[in-house]
Amino acid sequence: MSVATAVWIPLAGALLIALTGRWPNVRETITILTAITLAAFVYSVGVEVTAGGRPTAMLGELLPGVSIGFKVEPLGLMFGTIASGLWIVASLYSIGYMRGNKEHHQTRFYVCFAIAIAAALGIAFSANLLTLFLFYEILTISTYPLVAHKGDAKTIAAARVYLGILLATSIGLFLPAIIWTYHAAGTLDFVQGGILAGAVSGPALGFLLALYVFGVGKAAVMPVHRWLPAAMVAPTPVSALLHAVAVVKAGVFTIVKVIVYTFGIDHLFAEPSSAWLTYAAAFTIIAASIVALRQTNLKRMLAYSTIGQLSYVVLAAAILKPLSEIGAAVHIVAHAFGKITLFFAAGAIYTASKKTELHELAGIARRMPWTMTAFTIGALSMIGVPPTAGFVSKWYILAGAFQSDNYFAIFTIIVSTVLNAAYFLPVIFLAWLQPEQTPQKKDHGEAPLFIVVALTTTALLTLGLFFFNQPLIDLEAQVVGRGER
Amino acid sequence: MSLEAHIPALPVIVPLLAAPIAAYLRPRHLAWAAATLASIASFAIAVLLALATRDGSIHRYAMGGWPAPFGIELAIDSLGALVLLIITGASTLAIIAGRETIERDIEPHRQPLFYAAWLMVVAGLAGIAITGDAFNVFVFMEISSLATYVVIAAGSDRQALTAVFKYLIMGTIGATFYLIGVGFVYMMTGTLNFADMQARLADIPYVAPVHLAAAFIIVGLALKAAVFPLHAWLPNAYAHAPHAVTAFIAACSTKVTILVLLRFDFVVFMGNIAEHATQFALFVMPLALLGILFGSGVAIFETNVKRLLGYSSIAQLGYILLGASFVDRAGLLASVLHIFNHALAKGALFLAIVALGHHLTRFEIRDLHGIGRRMPWTLGAFSIAALSLVGVPGTAGFISKWYLIVAAFGQGSLGLVLVGVIVASSLMAVVYLWRILEPAWFAAADPVAAGAADDKRVGEAPVGVLAVVLLAAALNVWFGLVPAFPLELAGHAADELLRHVP
Repeated sequence: MSVATAVWIPLAGALLIALTGRWPNVRETITILTAITLAAFVYSVGVEVTAGGRPTAMLGELLPGVSIGFKVEPLGLMFGTIASGLWIVASLYSIGYMRGNKEHHQTRFYVCFAIAIAAALGIAFSANLLTLFLFYEILTISTYPLVAHKGDAKTIAAARVYLGILLATSIGLFLPAIIWTYHAAGTLDFVQGGILAGAVSGPALGFLLALYVFGVGKAAVMPVHRWLPAAMVAPTPVSALLHAVAVVKAGVFTIVKVIVYTFGIDHLFAEPSSAWLTYAAAFTIIAASIVALRQTNLKRMLAYSTIGQLSYVVLAAAILKPLSEIGAAVHIVAHAFGKITLFFAAGAIYTASKKTELHELAGIARRMPWTMTAFTIGALSMIGVPPTAGFVSKWYILAGAFQSDNYFAIFTIIVSTVLNAAYFLPVIFLAWLQPEQTPQKKDHGEAPLFIVVALTTTALLTLGLFFFNQPLIDLEAQVVGRGER
Repeated sequence: MSLEAHIPALPVIVPLLAAPIAAYLRPRHLAWAAATLASIASFAIAVLLALATRDGSIHRYAMGGWPAPFGIELAIDSLGALVLLIITGASTLAIIAGRETIERDIEPHRQPLFYAAWLMVVAGLAGIAITGDAFNVFVFMEISSLATYVVIAAGSDRQALTAVFKYLIMGTIGATFYLIGVGFVYMMTGTLNFADMQARLADIPYVAPVHLAAAFIIVGLALKAAVFPLHAWLPNAYAHAPHAVTAFIAACSTKVTILVLLRFDFVVFMGNIAEHATQFALFVMPLALLGILFGSGVAIFETNVKRLLGYSSIAQLGYILLGASFVDRAGLLASVLHIFNHALAKGALFLAIVALGHHLTRFEIRDLHGIGRRMPWTLGAFSIAALSLVGVPGTAGFISKWYLIVAAFGQGSLGLVLVGVIVASSLMAVVYLWRILEPAWFAAADPVAAGAADDKRVGEAPVGVLAVVLLAAALNVWFGLVPAFPLELAGHAADELLRHVP
């Protein structure tokens, strides 16, 4: 089967969901079945890629020398696997959340969600920048109704910020960067070692890199991060989609992919004009952590934490050493597992108790032990404490930084780890050890079963990645073209 | 001669003959049917011709059997065929979608005359697109213009009269300038055939009158094409015309004039006036850039949707001229391609306006508030066309914008500025379209807005209208994913235009 099937499966699912919108049980069964089918398909592709294959499917030439087409390589496989795998969990969670909160327009929600997943798979498997850009824009547009789901004036204003920043950066910076690349290199294909060596060099290269990094607004490198906190108005499953499954992951994935396959890490490393990226990423990491420290709302704190974590990936990619590129890829996975757990927990708390502020969480672990255990695991992964996934990726990023004697990056990671601990540990302390405030808004227990199952699963994945990461590391080592660790 | 040999003449002959028939047909629905049939027939012929010119060939036809350069010659090349396709296609879709609104807005006894005038517009524009004779262009220009004034003023909107009067004055000045220019060239060469002019001008030792001719022709045509700063007639003419008429002329009328401008400058002047390429670039490029920024800028602050889209057209014409001003293959290809793609996008937008016009009598932005809840399919089509206008990938607008930016990068360091302007204008397009779309999808209907007809529970436009609108939107996606056909025609058109450029 052609790898394009990975895009058609969720699109067909979206169509079926739209047609069966009248019957919620059928609709949601189809959502889950589509997600499972997709994950199974991506797994079958994965077997082939791990064995060294690069399944390819070209749909047709859109511009001379540039086709709409797919070619799966390890980095894309990794992103595709997260998106399709977490879609199953996120769907289970959505069912619990949307029903538990009696949300309106649920059919629209599931349809847009499925289209967004199709777009994420399109980005993951794209064979060239144009295909990637096409699906990148589809992802932006299909997630807009999800962010604006509530439909009141405040939500729409926030959703406008979301759409405005993502569209403006992509059309204003990302697209010109792509066309520049096309003009200079004559191709847009993703090629091992990059296509820009000999085509663009000197200060222009640094400028082009800037067009890419800030044009891919989904990566939320400051100052184009504001859409992410704005998008907090969305229902929690959407936040999970944005922060873990598809959107921001599509952003950092694109940046890593562009650095590895368009610029080429050796070409960029030899060019001093690209050094600014380390500093921009470092600034974002520290600044976002400090802002997160000052938040009083749980979801907003998590949003700023995401901004910081995304720039970890960018920083890792910007170190431009094979080990750090592996670290970047692993961190995409690690952060996906950790952050989806945290958002699921935030949504579970909201569904069960309608609480959204940090200070309200005192003693909540006694009522919701499963949720808070998962939350704690997710938070520890954000800080990078073993035995969680976050430790593994940090290890590789640091190893890469030592490889290139990049002490600035090492310093940044240390400071940020301290800051992460400083905003996550008090919440954990509050939830587990402080007495409950009285009187409670609502007498509640655990969240609905679907939600608990979903967040327990992702918490276990977070732990599991610490112990079973070898296949992933081996796979991503292929990206930088070497077998050794 | 067999009938097949006469096919090149048919795009003009069919609507021209059908027009008087439509004028006398009663009841009025028969007149509509006749006009629609003639329009469909012209479109079918246009498709045949476009397929025939796909290999880059030129199909010539001597009117009345008089050979060129003595008689009038029709010469259909890829550019002509492409524009012909736009004219007949826009006419067909607009006349089918517009039947109910025309029925409502125009007094019954005038409708047959209206359809007759409509067909005259088609015949005139088609004639301009395919003729190879400079004076014949003027004749067809007058036919189409006079008929256009009639169809614009035909609606119940009294303001259309002042709008059309302005258009008439400006249009007449433009046409007169053009005629003066043609007169100068005729004086120097004794011929009116484009190809013949091109050949004979080479032997003319005294070029001052030719320079003058070039100046008159460019300015005259720029006036008719609403090139900034000669655009003043356009927004109000679009705003006050009956919706179906706007959908028709917005897609094609200015583009036909651009075609004449390109033909005259590239075929006749470029090879014969020293440094004309530089003159052309220096004259057109600044106007194009200013037009792009001005059109988009004004559109951001405009509150009437139809006029807003009119200003957007001025900006889009800027793109077309910008590509042409590079005087190279990449630029011309982008320019011609954008003629096609902009017609798709703007045509679809105005067709959606026709559908919305079933329930709205005014088109201030606040009249559209909340319309998405009542007419989701129509507004969906409008949204897709809007994405195409912005140039989002997957839509036709993206393809031409891509080629335009690639061509701009080929202009060296100046190219970066040009790219900046194109990108800035695209972002401005996002803003002005979003100002329409967001409240249309999300806001509650404005109780003050009289046009919204809140009491009646209005729903979608009739199925037939909706089908046309959705088809137009689908074409934007289709040609965004499978652009080979317009690309081939645009490529041949660019080659043909550049053939005489030294």
